Amino acid sequence: MPGRTPESRPEATPAASQPQTKPAVKPSDVIVKEKVEVVQKEEKPVADKITIGELHLSGCTGCLVTLADNYEGLFKLLDDYADLVYALTLVDVRHVPEMDVCLVEGSCCLDDKLSVEELKEAREKSKVLVAYGACAAYGNITRFCRGGQWNQPGHEAFVPISEVVDVDLYIPSCPPCPQQVRNVAVMAYLLLKGNDEQKNLATAYLTPLMQLAQRGNEACGCDLMYDVINQGLCMGCGTCAGTCPVRAITMEYGKPNVNRDLCIKCGACYSQCPRSWFNFDVMNNYEGIMDAIKGAME
Amino acid sequence: MDVLGNYKSVISARSTDKDITKKSQDGGIITTLFAYALEEGIIDGAIVAGPSEEPWKPEPVVVTTKAELLAAAGTRYTISPNLNLIKEATRSYGLDRVGIVGTPCQMQAVRKAQLYPIGMRDVDDKIALALGIFCMENLSYQALEAIVEDHCNQKMESVKKMDIGKGKFTVYTERGAVSQMPLKLIHKYVQPGCNVCLDYVANLADISSGSVGSPDGWSTVFVRSMKGNAVWEGAMAADLFETKAMDQVKPGLDLVTKLATEKITKNQKNVDARKTFGLKADGTAKGLRNPYETP
Repeated sequence: MPGRTPESRPEATPAASQPQTKPAVKPSDVIVKEKVEVVQKEEKPVADKITIGELHLSGCTGCLVTLADNYEGLFKLLDDYADLVYALTLVDVRHVPEMDVCLVEGSCCLDDKLSVEELKEAREKSKVLVAYGACAAYGNITRFCRGGQWNQPGHEAFVPISEVVDVDLYIPSCPPCPQQVRNVAVMAYLLLKGNDEQKNLATAYLTPLMQLAQRGNEACGCDLMYDVINQGLCMGCGTCAGTCPVRAITMEYGKPNVNRDLCIKCGACYSQCPRSWFNFDVMNNYEGIMDAIKGAME
Repeated sequence: MDVLGNYKSVISARSTDKDITKKSQDGGIITTLFAYALEEGIIDGAIVAGPSEEPWKPEPVVVTTKAELLAAAGTRYTISPNLNLIKEATRSYGLDRVGIVGTPCQMQAVRKAQLYPIGMRDVDDKIALALGIFCMENLSYQALEAIVEDHCNQKMESVKKMDIGKGKFTVYTERGAVSQMPLKLIHKYVQPGCNVCLDYVANLADISSGSVGSPDGWSTVFVRSMKGNAVWEGAMAADLFETKAMDQVKPGLDLVTKLATEKITKNQKNVDARKTFGLKADGTAKGLRNPYETP
């Protein structure tokens, strides 16, 4: 693996000590406090953490910021459950490392060799590859790109990452929701490090998000028509309109009406709809699961 | 799971607040609980089905006072897309503790939004009280209009109250006329989405309530979650309800169980029938989409 976390860095050569021009004399009014030696005793890190990385492709960094939007929750995640081994600006690692879970942000630009290479490398080196956010999952706003933009006018072809690599799990919406990526991280931890009961719970929880990845990489407000209303499944609860990040959906006489000019194709409406999927085995235990996640984050 | 879902207690109850029972559909449970929760600061506001510009067409509103709550009291037999405001309530309205009322499917939507908050940023821990109402099936507004204006021959704007009970859909007008139609005839107007619903008594609500099982003017109340239990006990301690044990009232819990079983059995058949709805070239069945299996 070329360049993977260089073991030895070139040490900065110590500056040559300058001869003192005059002896330092301490002014009499300076109060000298005894310097307390702070020994940074590193606590033994939690042994069985999973490793998570974030690969940044053609996205706006909103997904990465969303991870940080967990605030103290992010620290808790990093303290107890996961090591962040790769992420733009957050981790000083230049090349895609081995990791348990790779969150991929952004769609993949086919005209950018590095993007394609890194995406394939991430697939190779991660156990679970997550399309994190709508661009990675569905193309989102990059679906509208036709090239010619400053400062890479030649970058014209952008595809959801599943056009290039196999994807295990989707976290749709633009931006994704901090609580959703937190839940996935906790569940991934339980799946990889938990006992049998926890593994079963995590599997049940993650299944629909994995099924979303199997469903395809095209999303649009039209999904509400094609896969919910046209299928005779809509009961007018209003979730889609409430969830749409760009307010493209209004409820007209109890059914969603999508303003297609506003839709950015993020997939939030359909995946949030209780009639896109509803897994009773998980939902009936909502109180226990929410308490468990809350407990894990305390 | 039992057709009635998990619950800690079930009881027949009626609000002691006359201002509320004057306007409420049955026992005034939902209105009283929200009024209590607002008063106690358990919630900062509630998403309820408020009035709109068209008669009997509900529109989701965020209410923060008892007066606003009272304006929204009573049942309208067409769905109010209350989930539309669930994120907005925590944003534009700035609520940290949201109350929401809804049908069983809307309670399912609330729990999905909490467990899988895909597009519901910062909502999951702000749902302070989710109240469910029993629901057999629902109608579009246009269907309700057809029933009231065509079948019952009354103008929407002159109707004072609509009610479903004893196998009939009943319309009471402002001037005292009463029109009825058999519930059976309503079936063709039911929203298709209601035919695959597998929940009658809002199994996923904190507290759910409906008239079935209790005498006229009373409601059957299921207290389900820890949150729901705390609110219910608080409201009871504040003497907001008079109650009767379920085994002391007619028709009692058996009727609730019977109707729940009927609904879920019928709709489970519908869900199963969708699996073999069509035909493939090789002669095997071609199915419609099943939301309970895969997205």
